[in-house]
Amino acid sequence: MPRPFTPKVVTANDLLMGDVIYQTVDNVWSRSIAEAEVLRDEDTANARLAFGSAQAGEVVGAYLADVKVGENGPQPVHFREDFRMTGPSNYFHGKQADLQASS
Amino acid sequence: MYSYNEFDKAFLAERNAQFRAQVERRIDGSLTEDEFKPLRLMNGLYLQLHAYMLRVAIPYGTLNSAQMRQLALLAEKWDKGYGHFTTRQNIQYNWPALRDVPDMLDALAEVGLHAIQTSGNTIRNVTADHFAGAVADEIADPRPVAELIRQWSTDHPEFQFLGRKFKIAVTGAEHDRAVTRAHDIGLRMLSRDGQRGFEVIVGGGLGRTPMIGKVINDFLPEADLLPYLEAILQTYNLLGRRDNKYKARIKITVHENGIEKIRELTEARFAEIRPEFKGTDQDVLAEIRGMFSNPAFRNVPEDAFHAAYDADPVFRSWADTNLSEHKAPGYAIVSISLKAHGKTPGDATAEQMRVMADLAAQYAHDELRISHEQNVILPHVHKSDLPAIHARLREAGLATANIGLISDIIACPGMDYCALATARSIPIAQEIAVRFDELKLEHDIGHLQIKISGCINACGHHHVAHIGILGLDRAGVENYQITLGGDATETAAIGERAGPGFSADEIVPAVERLVYAYLDERESPEETFLQTYRRLGAEPFKAALYPEAKANAA
Repeated sequence: MPRPFTPKVVTANDLLMGDVIYQTVDNVWSRSIAEAEVLRDEDTANARLAFGSAQAGEVVGAYLADVKVGENGPQPVHFREDFRMTGPSNYFHGKQADLQASS
Repeated sequence: MYSYNEFDKAFLAERNAQFRAQVERRIDGSLTEDEFKPLRLMNGLYLQLHAYMLRVAIPYGTLNSAQMRQLALLAEKWDKGYGHFTTRQNIQYNWPALRDVPDMLDALAEVGLHAIQTSGNTIRNVTADHFAGAVADEIADPRPVAELIRQWSTDHPEFQFLGRKFKIAVTGAEHDRAVTRAHDIGLRMLSRDGQRGFEVIVGGGLGRTPMIGKVINDFLPEADLLPYLEAILQTYNLLGRRDNKYKARIKITVHENGIEKIRELTEARFAEIRPEFKGTDQDVLAEIRGMFSNPAFRNVPEDAFHAAYDADPVFRSWADTNLSEHKAPGYAIVSISLKAHGKTPGDATAEQMRVMADLAAQYAHDELRISHEQNVILPHVHKSDLPAIHARLREAGLATANIGLISDIIACPGMDYCALATARSIPIAQEIAVRFDELKLEHDIGHLQIKISGCINACGHHHVAHIGILGLDRAGVENYQITLGGDATETAAIGERAGPGFSADEIVPAVERLVYAYLDERESPEETFLQTYRRLGAEPFKAALYPEAKANAA
């Protein structure tokens, strides 16, 4: 039996700002993982990654990150993705501050 | 200090113009990321977890006040108001936007600074003793030699695509503050029969496979330095492995081939190329040396120092901890701690940078140094000025009296910033510092170096710490391994792994147990942690770290 597929999102860094972005179903890039498109099988995931990677004028280093899907949409599985979603722990900088400023 | 001539200025302007065009071509789509990445890395620009990171070289850790002010300007104008000083005497900006980087590089060029070769498989920023030119136990100031190497290695066409990065450190002093034995090449100045030369150490390094360097030449005459370095680099460039990134550093080349073979090949190549060096390099060195002459030291009374020392316990504590002996009578070397308890090791705000620049200009012959220990040094200060300096540092949050103590921790950026990291370093450093400050024990503990790396690449020098901490990812959880008994000085040693790692919650209590074990075991308050460790070995410390193992064995 094939191994169960862990849901994934396509994530990358923005070319101009360098910050963390996530691919959405509308083929735009969001700053919020909650808005990311959740990919539930390997073929779709690879196709969406290829699509995201091809946008070389906008993004750098696209890859697939594991997520778990909860009430607020996809959330990271690994702590590295937690930090990417949040920002550094020594200052209130990065996403945590940007999201607060925009809300 | 070295000041740029017209050639340097023109070279840097051209290089910055090139990079500006490369950035534009990346943004307009003419360059792919694969094409652009090596170009940006050659100019010190990384892409990290949350943003780009610009790493600026501070050659051999030396800055003047104008340069420090410019670093503050960059922090304020194009970053989030601070910079991070690193274990390689560089400064890193964690938040630049891609479009701004060419302007940042132009601003740096205005004060003779750049980010060239702070990344990539080239000869990196040459590091040196941060007390250079100020200590008595010095054969000569190593910085002119470091500057010569910087000029020779910058854009050296043969060494732009080495198998891997290459780090050179120089010291002129007996006491090794530059960790020369853990560099690809370490140079220790020697004097023999009135002639100056170097002990040349090769193949040291930390990282995945830590190695203490081996002596390839126990006395290289000074005039032979560049051809000899070139011979070593050429030998490595041909012999070094390119099949496996993790086996590509010269330490592996030396380890796999043996120092004898490396020496034989180097000497043979040296004999071939030595005649090509006809003395221009030595003329340049002499010219550089002229720019590093001693400042005009003052001869005035020290009364103000003694009065403050007797009257003010806070000043006294700082003076006892943060001052080092200077070669000139009445002078001291001031170490400004960037390790305030609970703050990020090595970080300084733009305002703090300006305060330090002002102090350097007013009191310290316009010189500052960045140490690999991530602190800032005022190398030449007359003692009568120390009370005023201390008062200003206190106002700026820069008067922490902890140099060489347990809270003077080296920590790499770790997973708070670094794309390579496997765990965080900074919060662990913050927690340890805060904990021992609460215990009010650190002055009693005395000299103890903790160094933390957030991955196996060991930017935090954990292998050569008295207590080293390595952050790893164990099945999706941060885990911290402890090494014991490392030493970064002339008696360099790689620490020994103590045993299984600890979770983020367990690591600070584990360090605390180690320290209490030391306090119990030391023969006197004068015996340092490292001395106690060397006298007793690892056993009592392992027993303190793993009490349950001891209980199970009983």
